[in-house]
Amino acid sequence: MSMIEEMPIADTSAGTQDVIRSAKPVSRFRLVLSRLRSTPRFWVGIVGLGAIILWAVFGLVPYAWNATDLDVYNMGSSPTALHWFGTSDIGEDIYAQTIVGLRKSLVIGLLVGPLAAIVAGIVGAVAGYLGGWWDRVIIWFIDLLLVLPSLFLFILLSPIFKSLSWVALIFLLAGFGWMIMARVIRAQTMSLRERDFIKAARFMGVDTWTIIRRHVLPNVSSLLIIDATLGVGGAILSETTLSFFGFGIQAPDVSLGTLLSAGQGAAATRPWLFVFPAAILVFTVLSASLVGDALRDAVDPTSGVNRD
Amino acid sequence: MIGFIVKRFINYAILSAIATLSAYVLASLILNPAGRYLGRNPRPSDETINAILNGLGVNPHTPVIERLWTWLVNLVTHGSLGDTIHNTSVISEMTARAGTSLRLLILGTIIAAIVGVVIGVWGAVRQYKFSDQAISYASFTVLATPSFVLGILLMIVATFVNSTLGIQLINFTGEYTAGLDGGWWVHFWDRAAHLLLPTISLALMGAAGYSRYQRSAMLDVLSADYIRTARSKGRTRGSALVRHGVRVALIPMSTYFAYSFATVLAGAAVTELVFSWHGMGEMLVQAITQSDINAFTGAILFNAILVLIAGTLSDVVYAALDPRVRV
Repeated sequence: MSMIEEMPIADTSAGTQDVIRSAKPVSRFRLVLSRLRSTPRFWVGIVGLGAIILWAVFGLVPYAWNATDLDVYNMGSSPTALHWFGTSDIGEDIYAQTIVGLRKSLVIGLLVGPLAAIVAGIVGAVAGYLGGWWDRVIIWFIDLLLVLPSLFLFILLSPIFKSLSWVALIFLLAGFGWMIMARVIRAQTMSLRERDFIKAARFMGVDTWTIIRRHVLPNVSSLLIIDATLGVGGAILSETTLSFFGFGIQAPDVSLGTLLSAGQGAAATRPWLFVFPAAILVFTVLSASLVGDALRDAVDPTSGVNRD
Repeated sequence: MIGFIVKRFINYAILSAIATLSAYVLASLILNPAGRYLGRNPRPSDETINAILNGLGVNPHTPVIERLWTWLVNLVTHGSLGDTIHNTSVISEMTARAGTSLRLLILGTIIAAIVGVVIGVWGAVRQYKFSDQAISYASFTVLATPSFVLGILLMIVATFVNSTLGIQLINFTGEYTAGLDGGWWVHFWDRAAHLLLPTISLALMGAAGYSRYQRSAMLDVLSADYIRTARSKGRTRGSALVRHGVRVALIPMSTYFAYSFATVLAGAAVTELVFSWHGMGEMLVQAITQSDINAFTGAILFNAILVLIAGTLSDVVYAALDPRVRV
């Protein structure tokens, strides 16, 4: 009996039920969707992420203060009805600043995740499809970046990016966020290359780039969607860490990282300067990674977390 | 088996060497060591600045390839990594700091690996039960927390504990209490007390990641036929799970460990900075802010050697666990 309990029952069962019931063959998209619907983790994540995005957009509407306002009568006040998250020692409103910072962090995360996934898809597909020297050079480059922690490279490159606007940071983060996924895509592409439909296209004389664009990339798209989702949280983490130490977002701009950096000195004595932005940061990243994880389970229920 | 490990070792050694050399070239191209002297008042003459930069071997007027070659020759013939901009040798700076970092890294990694593996196996065996769900959500939350936030939250908790108890139970700034009197024992306890929070912070981050991977590796194994065979030939459930299950589930973990070690290094650097430890992480960040090319390369070399050791160790574990490698 206990053996049966140990068997990983789960996500697959939701899918097979659908297959048996419906008369028409179920499309892959609907199968994934039905698996997603039965995963509580997905609902927790998607509702959390939706709430955070709505809050970032509309959070300042019912509020009297702006991020740049200074309330000289309430400097260093704890959370009150007037200042929901309290104020800093020069009277900046923490609630308004948190929302402005959250907007920036969200924009960075939501752009970097998909961008890095696109790079991963193209690089991985090229390496896997072309093989030979292309493959060797690309894999070697990826391995190198896995040995050299990307955080250190970000810090090294920060003098260049400090002088540019915060948009440059998006490209920097995307430029170093694709390595692990590219390896996975490469492995997938190598097995796809030997499949009949790709061979047929090749023998018909379709050129390489068209095969990659039309046949390889659509077949690994589910992996790329997962990577894009998981990348959102990762990018926000990288951005806040860089900004926290002064290497990311620079002074006039506010992100959750710079806000936490400003609040850290008073973290023990006036915790609201630190705890509120930190909690919102953790909640945002958590929601995004829950959605990504549920997507991964739904697309491939047999896959482990081990993606390499 | 020896052949396998030697091959992997050479692979890691080449990667580490190339990583260090590219770090040197990148740093030489990006950092501007002359800027440090240009801002002085009165401004030193160009000849003085050039002489200083030449002495350090970082003059931007010399081609990068030539500087790299001098640096390499120095390393091979004298075993020297050059001087920092404060005119101390990089090697002595590193030996002074390495112990601090290693203490934190070794303790943190070992605790993280053990806790992560145990929690992961536990979660897989009790899949979808309450304890598994709780562990999953907890590790997702820790993974969603940047290491600096985790460190500072631990500090807030420690301050709270200290003020409730009315004594300084947990120390968390720096590596030891400066000017502490007492014998060897007192110093040992003082250092251990300072080590507590950074280690917890680092171990929590690591354990959360490892437990996710260990759980899924273990789930793959649990449904395998040989577990059923082991049970049917009369092994108890616990024995079958440990002897046949955990052992096999550790194989993919050893590969993951090698790949994740670079992330651990970055996390440790952040943790050091947050707890104001004077370790290699601080050296690396300071080297970049002060445009110190030699010190930066030294710090990267330190990291590369650690990756090399961690990678080889995980391959040894891999070979010990997987009989297929041992031919």
